[in-house]
Amino acid sequence: MNALHSPTDHLLVAKGIGKHFGGLTALDQVSLNIPFHTIYGLIGPNGAGKTTLFNVLTGIYRADEGEIHLNGVSLTHSSPNEICKQGIARTFQNIRLFGNMTAIENVMVGRHVRTHSGMLSAILRLPSQRREEQEMMVHAQGLLDFVGIGHLANQIARQLPYGDQRRLEIARALATQPKLLALDEPAAGMNDTETATLGRLLQKIKASGVTLLLIEHDVKLVMGLCDRVAVLEYGRLIAEGEPNSVKNNPRVIAAYLGTEAA
Amino acid sequence: MNKRILIWLLCLAVVLALPFGTDALLGRSWVRLLDFALLYAMLALGLNIVVGYAGLLDLGYVAFYAVGAYLYAMLASPHIGMHWPLWALLPMGALLAASFGAVLGAPTLGLRGDYLAIVTMGFGEIIRLFLRNLNITNGPAGIDLIDPIQIGGFSFGSSHSLLGWDLPSIYSYYFLFVVLTALIVLVSYRLSDSRIGRAWAAIREDEIAAKSMGLNTRYLKLMAFAMGAAFGGISGVLFAGFQGFISPESFTMGESVMILCMVVLGGMGHLSGVIMGAILLAILPEAFRPLSQFQQITFGHVWLDPANLRMLMFALALIMVMILRPEGLWPSPVRRRELHPNDAMPASAQKEGP
Repeated sequence: MNALHSPTDHLLVAKGIGKHFGGLTALDQVSLNIPFHTIYGLIGPNGAGKTTLFNVLTGIYRADEGEIHLNGVSLTHSSPNEICKQGIARTFQNIRLFGNMTAIENVMVGRHVRTHSGMLSAILRLPSQRREEQEMMVHAQGLLDFVGIGHLANQIARQLPYGDQRRLEIARALATQPKLLALDEPAAGMNDTETATLGRLLQKIKASGVTLLLIEHDVKLVMGLCDRVAVLEYGRLIAEGEPNSVKNNPRVIAAYLGTEAA
Repeated sequence: MNKRILIWLLCLAVVLALPFGTDALLGRSWVRLLDFALLYAMLALGLNIVVGYAGLLDLGYVAFYAVGAYLYAMLASPHIGMHWPLWALLPMGALLAASFGAVLGAPTLGLRGDYLAIVTMGFGEIIRLFLRNLNITNGPAGIDLIDPIQIGGFSFGSSHSLLGWDLPSIYSYYFLFVVLTALIVLVSYRLSDSRIGRAWAAIREDEIAAKSMGLNTRYLKLMAFAMGAAFGGISGVLFAGFQGFISPESFTMGESVMILCMVVLGGMGHLSGVIMGAILLAILPEAFRPLSQFQQITFGHVWLDPANLRMLMFALALIMVMILRPEGLWPSPVRRRELHPNDAMPASAQKEGP
């Protein structure tokens, strides 16, 4: 292992992750090293285990084997909320907003993990609670502006157009101040224009110092955007590297690009 | 702004005049009924935190009411010979009930929906059976001669005269209960409009997403349980002092269901709705009472006992509400959206665009 791949250079290090559902092996000895300040793509055919890996990394599933470290902290046995607190935030393949709350309330819920006011201070409306509440509001509005839906702050989340719901989910995740933002198919169901705008947003997030992990079907988006790409097939990692080298890897072409990009 | 102050003053005037008007028009027993309605309102507001805010179905809520009531009954009656004052027992009742809530919640809050409902129902029955069978609670006979509530030198148990007006005990209790209900409303409102309240709403909407956003759902649900239980304990303390006698029969599962009905019928998660539901269901049975007399006169025989008829009416009312207005009679805007996902946006919301 050369110096470049030592754990200290990487924000997220997952080693030998295994996950089984009954007799089915969904993930088999998957190892990922995600460097700081990159957009890291995770691709693979349907059913390859991408979302399962996401769920393991974010604590929704528990890995049967392997270890996960974020910035040197072990997350292997942590619950989803602890993992979020440590710095991984995610979005969902099927958008999971708090649909009946307003956009800004959704983002403020994301802020929960970085704020402290308890029940007593809320009941007594202590000055510290009011100040924090005000700060949350300003911060949330700032994030809505950042993702480009600031004017929709008081709309009900469920009633937003599809693309805006995706953006809102990203804003909500950013409110938790993640070190790693994990996006599960953020461009699903978007047209070319929307996808291009999304690409610019993701670049902007990267520039703000957040590392991104991206599951995506849109190969064009992945290849254009990602600094590194990993390819999963049948729960195994079959290739990893810079987009161009991955694109030309014969196993990848056979498994994935060969059939879909032909 | 002026209009709002006017509405508040109007509400205040109605609340202040209500017992006097009721007494003059309907008789003194109805004022007593108002007192009970307020006790139920406090209970319903407490359960509303659990069911309406955090979305946890609790069918054993009456247990916390019982805990508060028995605490007061035992420490303020000749039963053990202790006569502690309200200012000590009210917070103690709230704390004790809250700890019971936490004890019940800690192992069970991993359960969801129906399963949680069944476990809480069991808990409610366990508490009642303990009260029924323990010596220290005087078993099924219950505890009587409980001290009336007293604050400073003012006893709520006896009549007072105020500026020449005769103010019977039920009037004093009415005003005490109004003040405490108002406090509970204030606390509920402030909680719902805070970081914790938003977290509860998020858990109700989507627990997985809430967890992934870093919410400690277990802790937050426990807090909802404890907070709701505390209000139940407070109502229990007041109930014991007001009634002067309690027995396990006051805390059956039917009571839990009744309180839940108040919350659901009025409008889960909406304070005004919940209070309305409580008052409606507390008073409605009394409104049916004349039916018995009516039958006696018309048929010479009571064919339908109003007490049974009452249950029939409850059932019918609930079924009707669930079919026609599942969000409750007076729902919060959020709850209406949850249950009518396809409605068009209200015009006011549309205007807020770019």
